[in-house]
Amino acid sequence: MGNLIKIAGRNLFRYKRRTLLTLSLIVIGVLFVTGFMAVTGSFKGMMIGQITDSFVGHMQIHRKGYLAAIDTLPLTMNLKPQAVKKVEAVLKEMPEIEAYTKRIKFGGMFSNFTETTNIRLNGVDPEMEVKTVPLLLPRIIEGEKAIKKGEILVPELLAKGMKVKVGDMVVVIATNKDGSVNGKQLKVAGIMESATGPGGRDGYVHMDDAVDILRMDEPEISEIAIRIQDFNRLHDVFGKLEAALSGEMNKQGKPVFEVHTWEKLSPFYTIASMIDMMTLFVKIMLVAIVLISIMNVMIMAVYERVREIGTIAAIGTLPRKILAMFLIEGLLMGAIGAVIGSILSGVTIYALHAAQISFDFGRQTGLILAPTVDLVALATISGIVIGVSILASFQPALKAARMDPIEALGHV
Amino acid sequence: MELITGQDVSKVYHNGGVSTEALKGVSFSIEEGAFVSFVGPSGSGKTTLLNLIGCLDKPSGGRLLVAGTDVAGLGRTDAAIFRGSHIGFIFQSFNLIPVLTAYENVEYPLIVVQNVPASTRRKQVMELLAAVGMSDQQAKRPDQLSGGQKQRVAIARALVTHPKLVLADEPTANLDHDTAMAILRLMKKIRDERDTTFVFSTHDHRIIGEAEVLYRLEDGVLKTNGANGGRGNG
Repeated sequence: MGNLIKIAGRNLFRYKRRTLLTLSLIVIGVLFVTGFMAVTGSFKGMMIGQITDSFVGHMQIHRKGYLAAIDTLPLTMNLKPQAVKKVEAVLKEMPEIEAYTKRIKFGGMFSNFTETTNIRLNGVDPEMEVKTVPLLLPRIIEGEKAIKKGEILVPELLAKGMKVKVGDMVVVIATNKDGSVNGKQLKVAGIMESATGPGGRDGYVHMDDAVDILRMDEPEISEIAIRIQDFNRLHDVFGKLEAALSGEMNKQGKPVFEVHTWEKLSPFYTIASMIDMMTLFVKIMLVAIVLISIMNVMIMAVYERVREIGTIAAIGTLPRKILAMFLIEGLLMGAIGAVIGSILSGVTIYALHAAQISFDFGRQTGLILAPTVDLVALATISGIVIGVSILASFQPALKAARMDPIEALGHV
Repeated sequence: MELITGQDVSKVYHNGGVSTEALKGVSFSIEEGAFVSFVGPSGSGKTTLLNLIGCLDKPSGGRLLVAGTDVAGLGRTDAAIFRGSHIGFIFQSFNLIPVLTAYENVEYPLIVVQNVPASTRRKQVMELLAAVGMSDQQAKRPDQLSGGQKQRVAIARALVTHPKLVLADEPTANLDHDTAMAILRLMKKIRDERDTTFVFSTHDHRIIGEAEVLYRLEDGVLKTNGANGGRGNG
């Protein structure tokens, strides 16, 4: 095998310019794909992190049907304390769960005593909330970074529109599930930066205040947001959690709970899917580049070496060895291109990382691009390139292996 | 002892509905260690006959035994294996692999065809290069060698697998007179040392004169055969 590789290597560099041009194409292709994957992956990862860590969490549990009606924040679909206890028992048994938070979500009126507007609020346990969505407090751009009883965190746009500032007193009025209206005076403790996605422009109050405003005897929870230890295991944990909760049925024999990952909860998932789709197309382009360029080189190689093929066949080289010789030639070209491309990609991505390129996304400005590419991704791309190289060489190699020695020896 | 026996061997080519009879019932026999030449004008069938003996093609009729094997019954892979173990080839245009050195060209059949281990390959190759007087040129590639040197390397390549038979199609056609004679003497010397059978096809009078057994072909028919002053017979 070593000798076949040596011969293949020398044959490759028989036509240096052609081989180098083809190698350049493969290298540029690998560089482009890995670069694209690193940059878009960085963007995607950052945005997913922003969304999940700011307000959505990695997963959420609701009463069955709540998500479909979430636009109206129906209080009648909250989870009863007994159901919440069951969920908490399951969550505490799962080591994969890092933290969770219970929220009472409700809509109400927000008044600064001269003007009134509507507002969506989350009643939360501050400690649990911060553990589950650690970027919540950094979103407070004015005021104390905390959620206390008797205070409210007002979204930035609403604060501007209603001309309220930190320290002002406001009134929140809401209708509870029985239709009873109640209000409460709260102090504006902070102004919150908006975030992209549903819930990104909600205000926050302490859970006790939410219970007061909604006149609940006991907290009835709208949603339980969850943070897991290892985000890469999201779907595993989701499956496990869903299985653990699927046994809970209501009196009608239907499931009590519904579990969703952030993907179902945030429209950014569509953008993330589009990025994945674009990555796929870029990979397909790479496959096409490698396929066409290597096939072209190998077809030419066979065409130019017909007499040589005839000679080696005549002296007793088995057809399968002739096939192997040409396949190795294609494989070598793909492998060399993949290795050089991977090295250059690593250097380029490191340089991009070091350049600290910043960008804006929605209202979030100054995000730093941190492109990375892991060894698995590089190995996958290299594997694709090498696999396609072998595939591209197969037809010319087969032609060489099947060549009639007499015709080949007589070729001019 | 007979190495090759042909009985009423015929070969018909079909091309676009036209049939051409290249060999018309040729019968002959070649002894082991013979130095034989098939002569005749272009189109007489000598290259066709060499292709059949070399298992590169199959006869359309008759029986052809090479080293006791009926070559008509060999499939593509079996024919390649047979060639690799019994037959060496020398070509008019030398047909060396351009990316390999003289040493590597000679070594090639041992690696790719016979899978000889590296430990014994070097000895075999060096022995053959010395026999053809190319030891000092072993590191050169074909484009750095003269025609005669290339043919010497080709002879070494043909012999390195210790074949019983070497087939040479017009081996001196691209060589000047002195070089051609030197190559012929070299092949004869090797035949004497190794008892390898050499079979040529040629219309080169220099070879015709050196051949010990001569077969003359005309229009696919064997016209004359017999001793030509050497040790073989027909």
